Amino acid sequence: MEPTNVKNPEYYHKVVDCQYACPAHTPVPEYIRLIAAEKYTEAYLVNWESNVFPGVLGRTCDRPCEPACRRGRVEEEPVAICRLKRVAADNKEDITRFIPRGPFPPNGKKIALIGGGPASLTVARDLAPLGYEIHLFDEQKAGGGMMRSQIPSFRLPDAVLNEEVGFILNMGIHAVFNKRVESLKAVADEKYDAIFVGTGAPRGRDLSDLPGRSEGAANIHIGIEWLANVAFEHTHAIGKKVIVLGGGNTAMDCCRTSRRLGGEQVKVVVRSPFSDMKASPWEKEDAMHEDIPILDNHVPLSFEVKNGRLTGMTFDKVHPVYDENGKRKLVSTGEAPVFIEADDVLIAIGQENSFPWIERDLGLEFDKWGMPVVDALTFQSTMPNVFFGGDAAFGPKNVITAVAQGHQAAVSIDLYCNQKSLTERPSPFTNLMSTKMGIHEWSYDSLVVNDQRFAVPQAPKSETLRDRKKEVELGFDVKTAFQEAQRCLNCDVQTVFTEDRCIECDACMDICPTNCITFTTNGDEADLRTRLIAPAENMSQDLLVSATLKTGKVMVKDEDVCLHCGLCAERCPTSAWDMQKFLYNMAKPASYLPSKL
Amino acid sequence: MTYIRPAFKHPHLPKNQIGYTAKDYEGSLSTLCAGCGHDSITAAIARACFEMNVQPHKVAKLSGIGCSSKTPAYFLGNSHGFNSVHGRMPSVATGANMANRDLVYFGVSGDGDSASIGMGQFVHAIRRNLNMVYVVMNNGCYGLTKGQDSATADLGSKSKAGSINPFQAIDLASLAVELGATFVAQSFSGDKQQLIPLLKAAMNHKGFALLNVISPCVTFNNNPGSTKSYDYVREHVEATGTVDFVPEKSEILHSQEEGTDKYVEMHDGTYLKLHKLDQHWDPEDRISAASALQHARAKGEILTGLLYVHTGHPDLHDVLGTAGKPLNAMLEKELCPGNEALQEVNAGLR
Repeated sequence: MEPTNVKNPEYYHKVVDCQYACPAHTPVPEYIRLIAAEKYTEAYLVNWESNVFPGVLGRTCDRPCEPACRRGRVEEEPVAICRLKRVAADNKEDITRFIPRGPFPPNGKKIALIGGGPASLTVARDLAPLGYEIHLFDEQKAGGGMMRSQIPSFRLPDAVLNEEVGFILNMGIHAVFNKRVESLKAVADEKYDAIFVGTGAPRGRDLSDLPGRSEGAANIHIGIEWLANVAFEHTHAIGKKVIVLGGGNTAMDCCRTSRRLGGEQVKVVVRSPFSDMKASPWEKEDAMHEDIPILDNHVPLSFEVKNGRLTGMTFDKVHPVYDENGKRKLVSTGEAPVFIEADDVLIAIGQENSFPWIERDLGLEFDKWGMPVVDALTFQSTMPNVFFGGDAAFGPKNVITAVAQGHQAAVSIDLYCNQKSLTERPSPFTNLMSTKMGIHEWSYDSLVVNDQRFAVPQAPKSETLRDRKKEVELGFDVKTAFQEAQRCLNCDVQTVFTEDRCIECDACMDICPTNCITFTTNGDEADLRTRLIAPAENMSQDLLVSATLKTGKVMVKDEDVCLHCGLCAERCPTSAWDMQKFLYNMAKPASYLPSKL
Repeated sequence: MTYIRPAFKHPHLPKNQIGYTAKDYEGSLSTLCAGCGHDSITAAIARACFEMNVQPHKVAKLSGIGCSSKTPAYFLGNSHGFNSVHGRMPSVATGANMANRDLVYFGVSGDGDSASIGMGQFVHAIRRNLNMVYVVMNNGCYGLTKGQDSATADLGSKSKAGSINPFQAIDLASLAVELGATFVAQSFSGDKQQLIPLLKAAMNHKGFALLNVISPCVTFNNNPGSTKSYDYVREHVEATGTVDFVPEKSEILHSQEEGTDKYVEMHDGTYLKLHKLDQHWDPEDRISAASALQHARAKGEILTGLLYVHTGHPDLHDVLGTAGKPLNAMLEKELCPGNEALQEVNAGLR
């Protein structure tokens, strides 16, 4: 193999698994260290700069970082990254003095944001300090989009959402609420320099063709609409027996909300096997903890209506059959249909995009699925001044993805308004600095603790089920937060190898607790991977390969299960190994953080 | 400060035939200087034991005093160990070996422990053909007392402080060949590819096996002008050939026989496969080995690899006609056979 090019910032970025997996590339180990040091404000700001809604995400994020966490590859569970983020949000001091406040010197450009959810608010935050005049339109009575209408208060208290939405709206955004945009043409005619569409995926899928759908309509609800009605206090009750259809996180929110609105026998019924459900494992656990059974492998057959009133549903029991390509087919078991009683049914089987308000003759192209044609890098539509982001761009994902796309769209809008090429993206900000303090001393906690993941305490069920707004999770206390933070392996403290210092004494190879390092003769990657002390079978993890050393061998390090414990560098007599802290910040139009915290 | 090794290990470490991973042959974390050659040797010993599928409790590690003699704490943490008096490891090894012939004995010593204070013990252990692996971690200096020249420092070698060694070096390998050791090898701590097979062969050799391993002292003897530095040794190393330990005879039948390959049958039917680089040297011929060592010395080279091997020579147990069973496996009846047996012995002495 050729020597690894560590000058490319993406190499070390990829080693920081959590940050690499995060759509917004939040520097996770950086803020976890700050939490361990009780610097909650600083930890919060590192988050805020990157993901805009730390308090919201610390409670509701889909956590793509956690399955990626290296800790999960050397022991049972990853670091509780998400809930540590909440610790920073819960314990921060008043941060208003650290946040840019308008009025900003105007740059003469006007931007319209359609929709007031996470993507639009991110664009607003990224552009407002640069002097853009920003007009935001949303049909709801307050900002936040689906974070307000679809995420129940027992998972995300209003106060947390209001604070973080407020940080942005207080930057001098011209927000127009209770205003549904009915025509893109009308907005375009207003002579905005750019328009951003962040209208989400507002239409919940229905089961219109299922027998009994129209007869039972009074007691059959679309999940996200019903959740919004609850959030905006139009709906206050539900029947005692409730069926929730669907296996995603919305289904979990529907069933748990039902339990708080009078639902006593709430059941989730899902087509797929339990393990294939889209809901996050912890959301399923929380639902089951609230005495909600999840019946899998049940395909809906009909709504049963008697005397004009819904009585329940029938289902066909199925089992999954996988073909040679691993494609799943649900095959009926041939058993008699199952009848389940219900006073109300909530349908939470997915969401769709819907753009009835965009005129099709404006030059904005749509594909055959009715989705706008959007560039995956620049988020520009075929109308050069119209940009998309969040669920509106590529269909339903999650909050953190919407934020990440908002950042990219903001970069594009800034480039566009300055007549620059949109494809020449600004480089990330990176820094690589030694952590060496003494012979065996590092400026990070190199010791690897053996603690298992700590559980987040919850309020008693007897209280939470009575009050829809009572937050279930209590969050880590600071002592537990410290212990959990210590589980972080500091993957951003990189093992940096300098060939010309190496005397090939093998000390690093002998000491490495996880056998990551091998000195051997070079070969192609497939061959090298088999010849290491411990075979490098995780193909998603790179090999760090040195240039040829004096004896003709090369140093090969498999990044897969490196504990970043620093023992290689401690046992190195010539400092050919050094532990260097790598910081990677995605480029944004404006930099918010003071250079020194 | 991290003197604690993390408890986590690679989740897919290969296992040997008895179900252990290489991790199970490690000891506690070394306190030697970073980059010490001794640590590489201990890692090689641990690896050799892993590859030989040795039960850790079937190994005894014995040592004297010195940096080298601290190392038994750093490998095979689940084996027997005895850290004895300076230079007296061979006596303790002899006693242990006489009591229990079933263990693999690793004597770990250094150039001071063997070539100075323990020289008398060293030569007699060889003379008796005690069944053990005797590893000398040879760095040519007294690292534990700040790097004074030892008895194996080469004439003219320069110390870190700049003084030139005025004395002749004791060549432990030549000495061992001269004294009739039945397995003599030399290697370099920075060459595990050579060292591990040599250790495996030595472990399987019945009789005294000397491994003189040049092991640079990174702190006191890795300077320009030293003849035991990483750079100097790499430049002057001259290998006799490669050695492979072949546990099954059947493997030999399948392998390509080459003109320079030679198989040496060991006492238990296993084989050593020697690939010779020098046609004139015969590892089973003591005179040839002695002469190869002298030639290398004259040329300023360090001859490594297996230098001499003689299988089938009686070891100390054979010579003394000791019991076939370890003492700890004997019952009281066998250990104290009673008055009748005593009378018989006494009668034999009259």
